[in-house]
Amino acid sequence: MGCLTESCLIITKKITMIEFFQNVFAYEFMRNALFASLLVGVACGVIGTLVVLNRIVFLGGGIAHAAYGGIGLAYYFGQDPLLGAIFFSILSSLGMGAVHLRTKARSDTLIGVMWSIGMAVGIIFVSLTPGFKADLMSYLFGSLLAVSAEDLRVMAIVALLVIVFVSLFFRSLQAISFDETFSTVRNLPVEALYLLMLLMIGLTVVVAMRVVGLILVIAMLTIPPAVANLFWKDMKGMMLLSVGLGWLFSFVGLAAAFALNLQAGPVIILVASVSYILAAAIKKLTAHAS
Amino acid sequence: MVKQTVIELEDVWAGYESDRVLESVNFKMEAGDYVGLIGPNGGGKTTLIKVILGLLKPERGTVRVMGLSAEKGRHFIGYVPQIQQDDKAFPIRVWDVVSMGRLKPNLLQNLLLSEVDKAAIERSLRQMDILDLAKRPINELSGGQRQRVTIARALASDPKILLLDEPTSSVDSRSSSQLYDLLAELNQTISILLISHDLTAISTYVKTIGCVNRRLVYSGQKEITTEMLETAYDCPIDLVAHGLPHRVLPHHYEENNHD
Repeated sequence: MGCLTESCLIITKKITMIEFFQNVFAYEFMRNALFASLLVGVACGVIGTLVVLNRIVFLGGGIAHAAYGGIGLAYYFGQDPLLGAIFFSILSSLGMGAVHLRTKARSDTLIGVMWSIGMAVGIIFVSLTPGFKADLMSYLFGSLLAVSAEDLRVMAIVALLVIVFVSLFFRSLQAISFDETFSTVRNLPVEALYLLMLLMIGLTVVVAMRVVGLILVIAMLTIPPAVANLFWKDMKGMMLLSVGLGWLFSFVGLAAAFALNLQAGPVIILVASVSYILAAAIKKLTAHAS
Repeated sequence: MVKQTVIELEDVWAGYESDRVLESVNFKMEAGDYVGLIGPNGGGKTTLIKVILGLLKPERGTVRVMGLSAEKGRHFIGYVPQIQQDDKAFPIRVWDVVSMGRLKPNLLQNLLLSEVDKAAIERSLRQMDILDLAKRPINELSGGQRQRVTIARALASDPKILLLDEPTSSVDSRSSSQLYDLLAELNQTISILLISHDLTAISTYVKTIGCVNRRLVYSGQKEITTEMLETAYDCPIDLVAHGLPHRVLPHHYEENNHD
């Protein structure tokens, strides 16, 4: 009997998957959602690997939340919120980077302060702006199904910038992530490279925000590399695997959200989180076995 | 023939904010030297390394590396830091770690490894006898193997000076003596400055010994003087009690023992 129900389940799953793929090509918003997942998956997988290996997850969260200040300001002055977010994330990534480089030990406190200032400014200006603000919620929680052609262009530019940046400076980035002191002794421009890296994190955070919202951006940046880190032994492989995992989590999450009529962002993150827990458990079990 | 001075510190005072760690440090090292500096924990060993590498600006005094300022001259130094346990999680292979010795200040020159770079990496891997480990991730290595990787990385940069910080802290005693044999061999072409709290280990291998504990006592001798003992008494005293290798003891001390 158990067998029967199981096969039933597989059949229903197949139907929803077919439906899903039919819809992907039938509706523009589904096509956009898929393209967005692909592009953001590239940026997040590559940059997320650097975030995880440099242990600056908190800094990434700070940049994401400070960017909300830009969104609020842009709304108030009738500008494009995306531009406001980009402007503020660049500003906050450089500011937090400078603080991090100068005051190593206590930087987390100062980053926490900037994180809150950005958020507070955003909330105040949003509440000062009259009218309907449904779109603002989409920055907090993501709106993968409302991605516009304009958003896609920005995502494509950011993904391209990330690829060019990491391909050009791969060895140097690997070196400063692994051993900052040794890189300094080799007279590498460690600080400039570090700030450039944070700038890329800022841009990635802005585009990832469209997919999962700023609150869950951290998950999008850290979970795929965290899973990849369990199984891969070098940085290049970890980046590539993270991109693949990001795509997988996004597609499965998107399909599940579609089938269950739920919001895409949180479902994607749940898929990713559950995968991480499973992967860590498998890793632990196999390590014990051998 | 006048020997080239590779490292020179003149009246260096250094520390952090209100906490002064080094006072009036004078030190001169020449090409071909193999200097071991010992000192207790918190005696300023790490600060001394930072000053030599130009990572910490001294409050007073001058630092010269190969006749240049520390920032300019440090690329002649093959720095071998203490192994950190926490970078075990970093996913990287031996070859990639050693290739960091070939990094150039101009980022665009680091795009690809040149044939010269590759040859230097291979040579230093062979020198440390770890060529067969090149493809292995570092978290699969033993402490001794990882220390060899760190030294190979320093050697890949064709250094004039090797600067080692506690090289045997995470190495068992057998690999540690092998390591010192390798260093003695390298010393035929490279000057070595070795900093450690472990006198017994280094005293049999280095050519000259000094002691750092806020002040630096170094006169280019092979022996531990009473002055050193007085300056840094918390470190060597217990080592004396445990029995030092014969040749390290100052003469009058030896005579007293025989009487």
